[in-house]
Amino acid sequence: MTVDTKLTYTNEYIEQFSQDRNEPEWMKTLRLEALEQVEHLDMPEPDKTKIVRWNFTRFHHDFVSGENISSLDHLPEEIKDFFDQDNLPENLLIQRNHSIAHAALSKELKEKGVIFTDIFTAMNEHSELVEKYYMKDGVAVDEHRLTALHAALMNGGIFVYVPKNVQIEEPLQAVFWQEKPGLAYFNHVIVVAEQNSSLNYVENYISNSEEETVANIVTEVFANDNAKISFGAVDNFAENTTVYTNRRGIAKRDATINWAIGQMNDGNTIFENITELVGDNSLSHANTVTVGRGKLIQNITAKTIHWGKNSEGYILQHGVMKDSASNVFNGIGKIENGASGSNAEQTSRVLMLSEKARGDANPILLIEEDDVMAGHAASVGKVDPMQMYYLMSRGITRKEAERLIIHGFLEPVVAELPLESVKKQLKQVIERKIN
Amino acid sequence: MAGSTLEIKDLHVSVEGNEILKGVNLTIKGGEFHVIMGPNGTGKSTLSSAIMGHPSYEVTKGSIHLDGEDVLEMEVDERARAGLFLAMQYPSEISGVTTSDFLRSSMNAVRGEGNEIPLMKFIKQMDKKLDALEIDKNMAQRYLNEGFSGGEKKRNEILQMSLLEPKIAILDEIDSGLDIDALKIVSDAINDMRSENFSTLIITHYQRLLNYIKPDVVHVMMQGRIVKTGGPELAKRLEEEGYEWLKEELGIQDETVGEQA
Ligand SMILES: Nc1ncnc2c1ncn2[C@@H]1O[C@H](COP(=O)(O)OP(=O)(O)O)[C@@H](O)[C@H]1O
Ligand SMILES: [Mg+2]
Repeated sequence: MTVDTKLTYTNEYIEQFSQDRNEPEWMKTLRLEALEQVEHLDMPEPDKTKIVRWNFTRFHHDFVSGENISSLDHLPEEIKDFFDQDNLPENLLIQRNHSIAHAALSKELKEKGVIFTDIFTAMNEHSELVEKYYMKDGVAVDEHRLTALHAALMNGGIFVYVPKNVQIEEPLQAVFWQEKPGLAYFNHVIVVAEQNSSLNYVENYISNSEEETVANIVTEVFANDNAKISFGAVDNFAENTTVYTNRRGIAKRDATINWAIGQMNDGNTIFENITELVGDNSLSHANTVTVGRGKLIQNITAKTIHWGKNSEGYILQHGVMKDSASNVFNGIGKIENGASGSNAEQTSRVLMLSEKARGDANPILLIEEDDVMAGHAASVGKVDPMQMYYLMSRGITRKEAERLIIHGFLEPVVAELPLESVKKQLKQVIERKIN
Repeated sequence: MAGSTLEIKDLHVSVEGNEILKGVNLTIKGGEFHVIMGPNGTGKSTLSSAIMGHPSYEVTKGSIHLDGEDVLEMEVDERARAGLFLAMQYPSEISGVTTSDFLRSSMNAVRGEGNEIPLMKFIKQMDKKLDALEIDKNMAQRYLNEGFSGGEKKRNEILQMSLLEPKIAILDEIDSGLDIDALKIVSDAINDMRSENFSTLIITHYQRLLNYIKPDVVHVMMQGRIVKTGGPELAKRLEEEGYEWLKEELGIQDETVGEQA
């Protein structure tokens, strides 16, 4: 069976799209060059998951604006749960469909030079800065067909920039709401933390589209020397959305990038989370949790690439699969020649709640250097009957015992999310999905 | 009515097809403290596991009743809610679930829907028991039994017993791995429970626990049966003379259940 991966986008369409967004010349060029490459590049080949039958071509790409949300007191029902009404974040962007419906950034951060805005505005106001980071040292346009397609068709996203020496305590939250059915999400997020700066950033993808469509998301996160980024995310795409998400981190000298990702999509998903530990003493914790249900097929790769000396990369992946959902975890630690004193650890675990669920956990170490530490652990299994027995022997019902064990299994990652409201919301999503 | 009665009759239990218990008879009445002693491998943990409903232990014959209710018909959680408690020899570790969340869930489960304990009241009660058992308050926020020392696990079992206030508590080797100070603290907690509404079945193969807890009835288990029953004086004699005299008296060579002959 052949699958139609041909797209009908022309140079004229792309040029017009770029012009309508008022994009700088470099962006238009980047798009056109990417479009040319789309046809010649292969699709990605995620290890152990066949994606040939997945829909990557049927979607509505047009830029669609969403209605403004003037007051957070009247949040639309669909996204209400994603906020703690009593504790709304001061720094918040809500992207509704492709446009920004709500934007707030504290005066203090503005004055310090923090940029927290949609990608199109950023390109207008800080063209050089965006150009410096956009698909250059992070994700390359020509990694495969989907990255090229992303570059050609990017239709939303945000730009976060924290200047040198600025340390931000309060989290920055971005909410991406795919409201219109069938809408394609080619979102691009860039987070830059300059030298000695720090920030907590957390994003939510929300969709309830019953129409089939595609999300193709690229996120590039740069922690410059001695910067610290804590990146949280909860992805929540609906069943008929095919999702490709690429989150890439580049950590320079003494920099830290910590990821806490809740992968809660109901549609088939490829998620890759690569962190390049470029600088000496750089550090990354890459934590992912996922709950799969229905007929979900999912491939999740976390990879740390160690270039810098004494760099440390810790991967933790925990997944719960029910119904006939199937999940592959790849946890890859790669230590390059010269990265002496580095430590790479990977832990991948899948808990299966039904006979038909599938799980695969592949921790992989690729080591080109002698003087390193490395370790890995993997498991695929069912809920431990001894744990069930223990909890039930204290009066807790079978259902509640299983619930406690599942939440506990996912807790190490949930606990790392930088915003209480997002944590709570992720727990709710987990609760809904396991019930 | 004064307390509950647990009645075990001709209990036979198999594990993986091997018969371990070969006809145990035992009745525990409200307010009574029973002790089962016996060397390793004689079936003591098997008895406690069968009473609680451990999934690997199959009752092939006999009966267990709590106040006339058929315990063997109950799920594990129903047994707990009916008033049975087992302090396990090897409690499970449960990652990601804090001890405090677990305690509250189990207290509420035992108390039943509509009768949940208010959060502040729970914290107060828990803190009080933590103090009494000289347990570091941090333990409440640690994941259940994860990384606990042997002694911490034992205290945690007793903490659960104190909070859940069962009618009948089976304590399987609660004394093993405890130093003398801890042994005293744990014994105090058990003695504090003494009332006509509480009875216990203490399983041990050391006599030293009985320096702190006064049993009413002492049983000896060998070869998967209760082979002798007496008062505190029986424990004393075992302490002084060991098990040899008893084996001789009963004509037993190998007291363990052993591989199926
Ligand atoms: N889960 C089990 N699987 C196999 N054999 C078991 C299991 N539990 C107990 N046994 C066997 O049953 C016998 C009695 O064990 P147990 O009840 O633990 O003794 P005690 O608690 O008196 O030391 C031993 O021979 C032991 O090997
Ligand atoms: Mg034992």
